[in-house]
Amino acid sequence: MGSNGMTTSLGQAAQQAVPGETRRVVELTVNGVHRSAEVDVRRTLADFLRHDLALTGTHVGCEHGVCGACTVLLDGLPVRSCLLFAATVSGHAITTIEGLGELQPDGTTKVSPVQRAFRDCHALQCGFCTPGMLTTITAGLAENPHPTPQQAVDMISGNLCRCTGYQNIVEAVLRAAELMENPDAPLPDEGFTADEHAKGDV
Amino acid sequence: MKPAPFRMYAPHTVAQAVATLAALEAEGQHAKVLAGGQSLVPVLAMRLAEPGHLVDINGIAGLDSIDVSSAGVRVGALVRHAELLRHAAANRVQPLLGQALNLVAHATIRNRGTTVGSLAHADPSGEMTAVLALTGGSVTAVSVRGEREIPAAEFFVGPLESSLAADELAVSAFFPAAPAGAGTAFVEMARRHGDYALSGVGAVVIPGRSGDEGAPAIDVRCGFLSVSETPLVLDLSDAWAAGEDSVMAAVRAAIEPQDDIHASADYRRHITGILAVRAIREALANAGNGQGDEQWEATA
Repeated sequence: MGSNGMTTSLGQAAQQAVPGETRRVVELTVNGVHRSAEVDVRRTLADFLRHDLALTGTHVGCEHGVCGACTVLLDGLPVRSCLLFAATVSGHAITTIEGLGELQPDGTTKVSPVQRAFRDCHALQCGFCTPGMLTTITAGLAENPHPTPQQAVDMISGNLCRCTGYQNIVEAVLRAAELMENPDAPLPDEGFTADEHAKGDV
Repeated sequence: MKPAPFRMYAPHTVAQAVATLAALEAEGQHAKVLAGGQSLVPVLAMRLAEPGHLVDINGIAGLDSIDVSSAGVRVGALVRHAELLRHAAANRVQPLLGQALNLVAHATIRNRGTTVGSLAHADPSGEMTAVLALTGGSVTAVSVRGEREIPAAEFFVGPLESSLAADELAVSAFFPAAPAGAGTAFVEMARRHGDYALSGVGAVVIPGRSGDEGAPAIDVRCGFLSVSETPLVLDLSDAWAAGEDSVMAAVRAAIEPQDDIHASADYRRHITGILAVRAIREALANAGNGQGDEQWEATA
């Protein structure tokens, strides 16, 4: 026992115990902006974003890590914000759906290739799952910029959508990959687009 | 739902963490260690458990290392599943790691969930519990009383129950290297990709290892998940020598699957036999492809 020198007397050990807290000041970089608030330690990151920072783009569905609607990027990697306590990730960088677009010199925000692809392919209906889909796909395409259709399916396999049947979301993953390579890539011929619907062409 | 209120502790060293756990235990308090939280937080959110104290170890430096040697792979308590999955050297030494990690939940969960945390959770439907048992690995636990290494066979006590004491912190797990010439495979069946498996089987085969007269020519061992209260490991060398039907019969006789809403016990028993044969076949193919020949060299 104590081969690494960690053994201490119980008296010494008691001095090393750290105090517990029920409230904590959480500091995060959210979408490039430093934000902080004092919250209960049981505050999830999802609720911290929505209630304390008023960033309601992140949606809360199942609250136990199954549906994927609350997915945000933690230091660039997708995580379930309902399964993290805000206090645990203090000091880290978070990207939410509000931060996916590119800020333009004139102060406006241009939608990201993944967001454009969702519009092009009509990849949402009610929109509840969309924030989690967009963050997941943004990180997925950063890791694999040229997914096969099967890899596109795998990419969104942890996100539930009850409206679309997923077909258009898979198409949007592939379309986003195309747009990232060539922002002017024309839409494929088959299928209806939002613009065609708007013009009454279909 | 939201987790019930608790107090959170943020130690910066292992010594502080175990001192905190010891102090809480001395006061008779119910404390849990928080690492990735991908199993613990759902349990809290559904209020299946309401510990009054969470010791958050994410701020402890030095627990996030993956140490690879010719003997095996030591994984620190803060190594996320995704990091171990991407670690080429670790997967060369013990290919079962990556084969099983690919099947652990979804990629998003793997980004946060820790391998050691899933072992401490001791879920018999967890892939990594099965891998630790099948490889004969161990968990290193630290408390104010000292450090001890707990072999897998003694670590898993029951469903969701490990032999970690209330004041102990699992600081790392050790997965021994695959034997020279071995082939490995991990297969499972789930309703949906990323869901808990109805059944799963890991296999380690070592062709042509036995020198004993009359002993089976191929050493075959399988580890099972979701079909027993603690991770089950079976030596199927004799059964494999007698044929695939013998393997299926031996497996179905040894496991104790339960009914639940996802599958009946009979169905689980049936598919587990089939999965065992598939895992062994795949492991043999991997051995034939030279998986076991590419051994880690300590000098590399």
